[in-house]
Amino acid sequence: MMTFLGIPIQALMGQLLLGLINGASYAVLSLGLALIFGLLNIINFAHGAQYMMGAYIAWMLLAYAGVNYWLALVVAPLAVGLIGVVIERLLLRRLYKLDNLYGLLLTFGLALIIEGLFRQAYGISGQAYQAPRLLQGGINLGFMFLPLYRGWVVLVALAACLAVWAAIEKTRLGALLRAATENPALVRAFGVNVPLLITGTYGFGAALAGFAGVLAAPLYSVNPLMGSNIIIIVFAVVVIGGMGSILGSVLTGFGLGLIEGLTKVFYPEASATVIFVIMAIVLLIKPAGLFGRNA
Amino acid sequence: MLQRRIWGTVLVAAALAAPYAVYPVFLMKALCFGLFAVAFNLLLGYTGLLSFGHAAFFGFAAYVTGHAMKEWGATPELGILAGVAVAAAMGLVFGVLAIRRLGIYFAMVTLALAQMVYFFCVQAPFTHGEDGIQAIPRGKLFGLLPLDDMYVLYYVVLAVFGIGVWIVWRAIHSPFGQVLAAIRENEPRAISLGYRTERFKLAAFVLSATLAGLAGSVKTLVFQLASLTDVQWHTSGEVVLMTLLGGMGTALGPVVGAFVVTTIENYLADIGAWVTIIQGVIFVLVVTLFRRGIVGEALAFIERSRRR
Repeated sequence: MMTFLGIPIQALMGQLLLGLINGASYAVLSLGLALIFGLLNIINFAHGAQYMMGAYIAWMLLAYAGVNYWLALVVAPLAVGLIGVVIERLLLRRLYKLDNLYGLLLTFGLALIIEGLFRQAYGISGQAYQAPRLLQGGINLGFMFLPLYRGWVVLVALAACLAVWAAIEKTRLGALLRAATENPALVRAFGVNVPLLITGTYGFGAALAGFAGVLAAPLYSVNPLMGSNIIIIVFAVVVIGGMGSILGSVLTGFGLGLIEGLTKVFYPEASATVIFVIMAIVLLIKPAGLFGRNA
Repeated sequence: MLQRRIWGTVLVAAALAAPYAVYPVFLMKALCFGLFAVAFNLLLGYTGLLSFGHAAFFGFAAYVTGHAMKEWGATPELGILAGVAVAAAMGLVFGVLAIRRLGIYFAMVTLALAQMVYFFCVQAPFTHGEDGIQAIPRGKLFGLLPLDDMYVLYYVVLAVFGIGVWIVWRAIHSPFGQVLAAIRENEPRAISLGYRTERFKLAAFVLSATLAGLAGSVKTLVFQLASLTDVQWHTSGEVVLMTLLGGMGTALGPVVGAFVVTTIENYLADIGAWVTIIQGVIFVLVVTLFRRGIVGEALAFIERSRRR
């Protein structure tokens, strides 16, 4: 068997793939966080809960209505996005004139409510969600065995990130969004409905989180705590990357996932903490984050 | 002034008589969390820094005190001292890192650092993982006071609470506290006046972490238990809730908030996730409807009726 630094290549590649998959979740989630923060100036603590909701809605659709994975991949993010729109209209809207810490506190409360409701309904043991038949099994690449679903998740997440980047950098709507991020009052004076843009952005960010949740559902068990577990890591990712650039946050997300995977191979005890350690080092060397502007 | 004195005397008398009317363990729990929230409020209410990782100091100090007393046979005062010292050192490290970022990032950094401590506690053998450190002997304080007696323990906890609150009170009403308030209101201006604001913020952070550790250590004495719950992010959120609900930036607010939240937990502990849901609802209500909190709104009400 081939080895690398005493580690079998198979195991190394397997962990790297797992790292890439985690990185895909980090990338999609930090992308949504950055979008929302850019326009609303709020850190969406409910992002993890929205991720969890995406996974649960996919599971509920299958369990109660027999709706398959492919349809759920569209419906669940839409549902989460709609809930996001309601949250923005009813609650977040009241806070824009205040210190942005209140937005963090409000969305923290929402995260507690959502998590509590799902815990009350389904317990914390978690539900299994099968990958669709088309993506079950895997292919042998020679140096490693690639489970199809995992490969799919990495590809789709990457495609989603690139699509969001293109939409923001290359389209008219994206240009408006960037302009409103810089100076909402001025954009409004030009006749653009900025409040609607804000609502849409929050809804879209929430939907992205829900999308990541559906992707994750067949990988891990669907569990009410999955959101709060991941959101704190994503916060660290955002601090490391800075929220200044979209490609930056995507790159940071995937990169940190890979580093986490490598740590699992070479020093498993530190795999849960490595991202936080990196965050501490980045704070010492480059406080604004790798891709951040000084805030 | 006279009115204030009367109120103070009534409060102290009530605190002294309370264990004969109310279950002492509940009171002690509320006092520990009250001190925790007062320490937290020094940062949020008086310096304008939102830490989302204060459970790390509270919970880790609890572990250190528990370990020192159970495994090394330390006396209560030494156990508490060890917990507080470790919390202060952690506060220094966290503080140096966290104050490099402002506002919302500060909250995220503290949360992430605290999560690192949580994962460390999950893995480190001395915390005994899911079981926690159990059946920690209480011993005799200064070799004199038998802490296994509920009433003795209560008055010790009350005394520690009083000392902690007094320290925060003194800090706020000193020139140091005035600078903190200036940082909260307008940091660039404080800098332009010549204050090295990062030093003041760091000092406030360390003081807050130290007192949070004191609260955690004393909590270990009361419950004879140090567990993962104390270091979890959920506990960090709880102390934010207590401070916000009671009224941040008020002297008594966090204590009131701690009593309310502890009461809710006590009565609803048996019905699963409802505690979490209700806490979330309170967060939403306070942030959207009464941001000044219970004490803040009460003070504003008194002020309004006085003017009329």
